[in-house]
Amino acid sequence: MSYKQYFPYFKNSGITYLDSGATTQKPQSVIDSELEYYTNYCANTHRSNFGDANKATIEYEDTRKYLQTFINAKQKEEIIFTKGVTESINFIASSFAKKFKTIIISSLEHHANIVPWHMQGRSLGNGLEVVGYKDNFAFDFDEFEKILQNNPDSFVSVTHISNAFGTINDVKKICKLAHQYNAYVLVDGAQSLAHKKIDIQDINCDFFVMSGHKTFAPTGVGAIYIKENLLDKVEPYQTGGASIKTVTYNESVLLASPYKFEAGTQNIAGVIGFKNALEFINKIGYEDIESIEHKLYEYLHNELAKIDDVVFYNTTKDTISNKSFNIKGLIHDDVGILLDKQKIAIRVGHHCAMPIMEKLELKGTIRVSLAFYNDFDDIDKFIIALKRALQMLKD
Amino acid sequence: MTNIEKAINNIKDDLEFSDDELQKYDYIIDIGKKLPAFNDENQQDIYLVQGCTSQVWLVPTIKDDILTLEGTSDAIIVKGLVYIILDIFNNRTIQEIQEFDVNILNELGLSEIITPNRQSGVQGMIKKIMEVSKNG
Repeated sequence: MSYKQYFPYFKNSGITYLDSGATTQKPQSVIDSELEYYTNYCANTHRSNFGDANKATIEYEDTRKYLQTFINAKQKEEIIFTKGVTESINFIASSFAKKFKTIIISSLEHHANIVPWHMQGRSLGNGLEVVGYKDNFAFDFDEFEKILQNNPDSFVSVTHISNAFGTINDVKKICKLAHQYNAYVLVDGAQSLAHKKIDIQDINCDFFVMSGHKTFAPTGVGAIYIKENLLDKVEPYQTGGASIKTVTYNESVLLASPYKFEAGTQNIAGVIGFKNALEFINKIGYEDIESIEHKLYEYLHNELAKIDDVVFYNTTKDTISNKSFNIKGLIHDDVGILLDKQKIAIRVGHHCAMPIMEKLELKGTIRVSLAFYNDFDDIDKFIIALKRALQMLKD
Repeated sequence: MTNIEKAINNIKDDLEFSDDELQKYDYIIDIGKKLPAFNDENQQDIYLVQGCTSQVWLVPTIKDDILTLEGTSDAIIVKGLVYIILDIFNNRTIQEIQEFDVNILNELGLSEIITPNRQSGVQGMIKKIMEVSKNG
């Protein structure tokens, strides 16, 4: 059964959409919830006390509770809404993590988890360490432990799933090892929440950052989980309205979490839409989502493998959703343009992961990024279009 | 009609011979093959056009108020687009280029030229040509 029927984009666009790692499509229920807020009860939250304002606040806070349960956080105060993963990482980088002597990242990070650290004046070996990988991009735990031994009390910031290569990092193991060396861990869940069940207490990370728009919710909304014992220790990186208990000309006293972190008017419709997206995931269930995606991913890999001159960078082992490849002798841009002309939406380029591309001596790759609403027909259409493109380019 | 506009119209006619979008690109791939050989010595970073995912080299030279252009790309389709851009702007007077409204290029209907994608090498080329004409 295809879930495409719940996503109006597919009916309207006629596009074979294989770029969910960039953003996912939105189910009708998410779109309806945004529309309902703007058309029926548009009011600010946590401030005014009239009916629609109260309804907006209740709906907004419902998402917090829902997300808490969704990722198995201990309390709703651990959930803070942000614009998305980039803002969440920048928030922690510029507040809690700033004071750490060493930041440890993996080789497969998105620019969102590299640039903020560089902006603090850190560079490789100078406040920033990068853990290498073994075969198939497997996180190098031996190297990680050596780095931790040399840099105890560090801040570790790692991706859960690589946006370019789909590699799944064993974040539970990373957290366990990091905590042995008194390090804190932030996990970048940008590419994981849409594909894998997240149990935050099982992972036992200190921070977990999430993207709404990569998880079937509207753009401009995301969240960060901050473990309860850190809520008082983390300082907000921006302050203002709705985040304070009292303000005099002399001083401001902040509220407790989550409100001290949510200064200014939030993306109310987006947050409400986020809950609808999570409800949609729950209706399908992660078991089905993982099963569908696993079958599609294997099929995609096998069909690509039949094409001459396809170059892979990893196998399907410990990977999910995102598949990168190249065609020997061709520049990825050419393939991307010709796929676009055939109504196939994929992404070509460095995927905001230039350091790993440089390490692999690549200018970029062709990336297919799947979600549970894709089907075998999508992959067949993509393969046919790819073959046509290659025929044109190689003639 | 200026020489630049005439060149654009000619390309437009060539591109419009078929409604099939892919055939347009077959044509672009073919004309890319006709691009004059690029002097390897000019394949230097200073001639790389900023903001390209695929690499585009563009060597502009101004002599007697005439702009001459040499260019190439490592990508096949982009090479065809480079051919089109050179066909439009090569050997034009500085005044002609300065007076040219770049929005007219949209009439070619090529998304690589129209799309405001910061990665677009073709847009980078056009920007560079306009800058060189303005600043000398």
